[in-house]
Amino acid sequence: MLTVSLTHQFKNFRIDVNFTVESGSITSLYGRSGSGKTSIINMISGLQKPDIGFIKVGNDILLDTNAGIYKPPENRGLGYIFQDSRLFPHLNIQENLLYGIKNNLINNSQIGFDSVVDILQIASLLERKPNTLSGGEKQRVAIGRALLTQPRLLLMDEPLASIDAQLRGEILTFIEKLRDALGLTIIYVSHSIEEVIRLADQMVLISDGNQRATGNVEEIMGRLDLHPLTGRFDAGAVLSTKVESYDKKYDLTGLSFNGGVLRVTGTNLPIGSSVRAHVRARDVSIMLDHPRDTSILNIFEGTIVAVGDNTGSQIDIKIDIGSPLIARITKKSFDELGLQVGSIIFTMLKAVAVDHRSLGGKR
Amino acid sequence: MTAPSPIELEIILLSLKVAFWSTLIALPIGISTAWLLVRKKFYGHALLNGIIYLPLVLPPVVIGFFLLSILGRQGPVGQLLDNIFGITVIFTWQGAAIASGIMSFPLMVRAIRISIENVDRKLEDAARTLGASPFRVFYSITLPLISPGILAGTLLAFARSIGEFGATITFVSNIPGETRTLPLAIYSLVQTPGGDTGALRLVVFSIIIALTALLISEYLAKQAQRGIGN
Repeated sequence: MLTVSLTHQFKNFRIDVNFTVESGSITSLYGRSGSGKTSIINMISGLQKPDIGFIKVGNDILLDTNAGIYKPPENRGLGYIFQDSRLFPHLNIQENLLYGIKNNLINNSQIGFDSVVDILQIASLLERKPNTLSGGEKQRVAIGRALLTQPRLLLMDEPLASIDAQLRGEILTFIEKLRDALGLTIIYVSHSIEEVIRLADQMVLISDGNQRATGNVEEIMGRLDLHPLTGRFDAGAVLSTKVESYDKKYDLTGLSFNGGVLRVTGTNLPIGSSVRAHVRARDVSIMLDHPRDTSILNIFEGTIVAVGDNTGSQIDIKIDIGSPLIARITKKSFDELGLQVGSIIFTMLKAVAVDHRSLGGKR
Repeated sequence: MTAPSPIELEIILLSLKVAFWSTLIALPIGISTAWLLVRKKFYGHALLNGIIYLPLVLPPVVIGFFLLSILGRQGPVGQLLDNIFGITVIFTWQGAAIASGIMSFPLMVRAIRISIENVDRKLEDAARTLGASPFRVFYSITLPLISPGILAGTLLAFARSIGEFGATITFVSNIPGETRTLPLAIYSLVQTPGGDTGALRLVVFSIIIALTALLISEYLAKQAQRGIGN
């Protein structure tokens, strides 16, 4: 288990976080750009020193400012994958991969050179120099280079930022493999809710250097009080679902969840697999009566359990349909429908609104 | 134009020897100084910076005079060296190397300094997270990345050493076979009636040496740039 507690005063910015990470799980530090996420993992890696801090991996104390303990980055046994892959330009790919192997403290070879090269599909790149590689290739090499140091913890700072959409899915799958097959503990920094939904076992919401909430993704995304920190455009509930059926004729997948079956288009998810579905609040509409003759496939009855901030033109409403769902409607509609906590209503969601990017694998 | 005579050859080889040793000794000091100036904040930073660049702005004769006062027979360091080791540098080719080394030092430091400033510190950070000690980071990452700058600084210093005149003649005089390098020999010939032809020959040899050094440096610079992936 990893324990992190950090306080640091920057010029006009203060870092203040406190969280633990279970071994073999992925914790996502989520927040907007500039919220201090990178500073936090720099401090965990040892590249930055906080004013006050305590970091422990298992029984090994990496930092304890009160006791005057500070381990430099090279002695922490952590792997760090940067946003910009930071391959050494004067070394070829093989030399880059081998750079961290020799003088590392941990000498087990759980992660071997050949298997890393194989899994990351970089065998054909070994003789090349980094400047001839594409962004995606560079990042795969950077991941391999960090893995080969046999880290007990992997820090990833928006590793997909420089990678095109198509390759992202592959690398996300690979990161899941790292966790599941090697039992690696990963801290994953991201401002993309899509990646968080896909990967995170635990989510730490960061805003202005502060930790605003910690917990599982479904719980945090379902909290109205955390909007708009959880995203202005992307705000919306996350449902834990299981792939139940696939309608070949119409290319529709049925995802069962606590409250019904959510039908979405396409996807090639295996039946029975667990999937998180992100339902954006802006895609959910509300009716008082059960609608008839509509193109909308997903209609769920539910009770309003909470109403968010109503000072603007829009209101976020939390509805219990068996699982919590969030709808964002205009103030005008809210008043005209006479909605209040306790109202029984019907929510509607277009099947096409939940695309493959809103679905994420879950253990 | 015929091949150099024995005397001319002696002058050329002496020049190369002086420049070679002055550059070689200055190189590690130059790299350390440049690194210190770029990477470390310390008390007296500005002063050190100023002292290093002095030879660039002072008349070379003044530097020669300083060297004479410090390293000469009556100078404090000169006396010390004489009493303890029995070494005198004044009027020797080693003294010439010291003079040209000091004169070319700012050029060397400047070139290396710029290349250190351009090193992406993020790469050094990455190396640390991969388990490398600061020392290993320096020789496995920083040093290779600044190699083009080191090369440029070295050749600049070498060329400057070959051409050094004022500080040398003031400090170690103009002794044939010992301190009479190419510029000093040309100067002497120009001062001698009928020496113009001899001076011209030495000028041609100077040009050949300079051009050769330039071509070699161009080639090595290209190799070095390719080596660091540019």
